[in-house]
Amino acid sequence: MKLWEIAHSRTGDKGNISNVSLIAYDPKDFEMLKEKVTPERVKEHFKGIVKGEVVRYELPNICALNFVMYAALGGGVTRSLSVDMHGKGLSSYLLDMEI
Amino acid sequence: MKTIRIGSGAGYAGDRLEPSLELIEKGNLDYISYECLAERTIAIGQEAKLKDPTKGYNGLLEYRMEKALPLAWKHKVKIITNMGSANPAAAAQKCIEIARKHGLNGMKIACVEGDDILPIIDRYAETEVWENHRPLKELPGKIVSANAYMGVEGIVKALEQGADVVITGRVSDPAIFMAPMIHEFGWKEDDWDLLGKGTMVGHLLECGGQVTGGYYAEPGKKDVPGVGHLGFPLVEVSEDGSFFVTKVEGSGGLVTPDTCSEQICYEIHDPENYITPDVVANFKQVKFVQDGKDKVVVTGATGKPRTQTFKCSIGYKDCFIGDGEISYGGPGCLERAKQALEIVKERLELVAPGQFDEMKFDLIGCNSLYWNPDYTYNEPSEVRVRVAGRAKTKAIADLVPNEVEALYTNGPAGGCGAVKRTREIVSVASILIDRNDVHPAVQVYTV
Repeated sequence: MKLWEIAHSRTGDKGNISNVSLIAYDPKDFEMLKEKVTPERVKEHFKGIVKGEVVRYELPNICALNFVMYAALGGGVTRSLSVDMHGKGLSSYLLDMEI
Repeated sequence: MKTIRIGSGAGYAGDRLEPSLELIEKGNLDYISYECLAERTIAIGQEAKLKDPTKGYNGLLEYRMEKALPLAWKHKVKIITNMGSANPAAAAQKCIEIARKHGLNGMKIACVEGDDILPIIDRYAETEVWENHRPLKELPGKIVSANAYMGVEGIVKALEQGADVVITGRVSDPAIFMAPMIHEFGWKEDDWDLLGKGTMVGHLLECGGQVTGGYYAEPGKKDVPGVGHLGFPLVEVSEDGSFFVTKVEGSGGLVTPDTCSEQICYEIHDPENYITPDVVANFKQVKFVQDGKDKVVVTGATGKPRTQTFKCSIGYKDCFIGDGEISYGGPGCLERAKQALEIVKERLELVAPGQFDEMKFDLIGCNSLYWNPDYTYNEPSEVRVRVAGRAKTKAIADLVPNEVEALYTNGPAGGCGAVKRTREIVSVASILIDRNDVHPAVQVYTV
C-alpha cells in the first residue's frame, strides 16, 4: 500500500533544506512507519531531488516523523529552476511511497 | 489566572484579509498579529526602497490597514505586524496617515527598527555562509540587503510605551505572537519553559489558515467543511503558558489535533531544538487534545536558554532566470513535447554554448515536480513543456523563453499557449552574527 492510505504530510522549506513530516492517522500505525520509513528509504525515494543527507526526527506524542532533507531544493527557494521552488509538493510524493 | 487572546491576521505577504477582519470583529481578541515576511521579501523591499525612500514595506499594507485599523480601534484590539519589511518607518507613517483619515485620535503607532545590518555588513566578511560554507566575502554578485532576525525585545518595548499598533521589519515569526504574552504576563527573558510555550503559540499561529484546515484539505480523506470561507486561528493563553487553539464560530475550516500536527512540523528541523532569537524551544513532547468543536488544547512545549547569535538573511543578486512554456494536446502529445525539449536544447547549445549555469527541462503533467528518472507516467491528454535556464546576463537568459516561444513556427505540430518571462533573481544567503551587534530601536507616534 501507499503511505497515503495511512498517513498525512506537510512540507516546509528553509534555504536549500526541505522538511517533510509524516503523521499517522491511527496511532497504532506509528511503530510500523518508524520501522519501514527509514531515512535511507526516503533518500532513495527522493533521488534526483535530494542531493544531501536525510535526517529523521520523531514526535512520538503526535505520531509524527519529521524528515529533514539537505540540498533538496535545487539550490534554495530563491534560486531554484523548479516550478515548485519551495518543494511544497514533496509531501505528496512521500505519500506515494509503497510500503 | 490572567488570559489573553491573540489572533493570526495573515500567514504570508499576500494572504487574504477577510478572515482577519472576522477575527477582530468576533474573536474577542486582545491582539492580532500579521506575519508577512518570507526569506527574500525584505531583499525585494530593499530594492523598492532604493528606488523610492517612502516604499519598501508590504504591498498590501495600505489595503489591509484601511480596514483593519478602524476596526481594531473600535474593538480595542492591538495590531502587531512585520509588514514594515525593508522600511518599517515609512510603513508606520502610512499607518498614521490612514489613522488620521479615519479619525482614530489618540491611537499610538510604533515602528521597530534595528534589523537592517547592511551598513555594518563588512564586519562579517570572513563569516561562513550556511548555504556554501564559504566566507561571506566570496559570495558572488551584489549584496542588496542584510537583516537580522530580532526577537521580542523591540516589540515589547513598544507595547510598554502604550503602542496600539506595532510595525516591525525582520523579527522571528513567533516573536510577533509571543511579545504580547511577555508584555501582559511579565514573563522574564530567562523563563525558558514559558518562552518555549509562547514560541509554540507563535509557531501554530504564524501561518494563518494552515492550522484551521488550509493547506490540509484532501477530499475523501481529510475533508474540511467550509474551506471557501476558511477562518483564521486564535489562541487563548494563560499566564502559566497553557493555551488552546480555536477559531471564530461560524467561520469555515476546522481545528483538530491533525491540523495542529501538520503545522507543528512545518518548517522545523530538530523538534527538540527549535532555535529562535528568544529561546531554544523543545516541541518533542507536545500533545494535542480535542476539547470541543474546533478547540485543541496544547501542552508539553518547553524551552532552553537562547543562543548568543542571531540568524541574518543576506539578499544578493548574481543571476537571471529565463523560462518559457508551451502546450501540446491530443494523440501523440507526449512524443511531440519530448521532441520540443530536444529542439530547444539543441538550439540553445547552438546560440549560447556553455553560457547557462544551470538548465531544467520539464514536461508539466509528467515530471516537473519530482525529477525522479525512474518515475513512470502514462500519456496525458495534454502536456506542457517548460524550459528554464540560469545565466549571468538578462540577454542570455532571454534566449530560453525566446526559443520556447519560437517552437510555434519552428517546432512540433500543434504547439499552443506559449508564455515567456525573464527575472532578475534576488537570492538569499544566511549567516550567524553576534546578538550584541543588533540594537532594536523603537519610535512611538500618537495620532
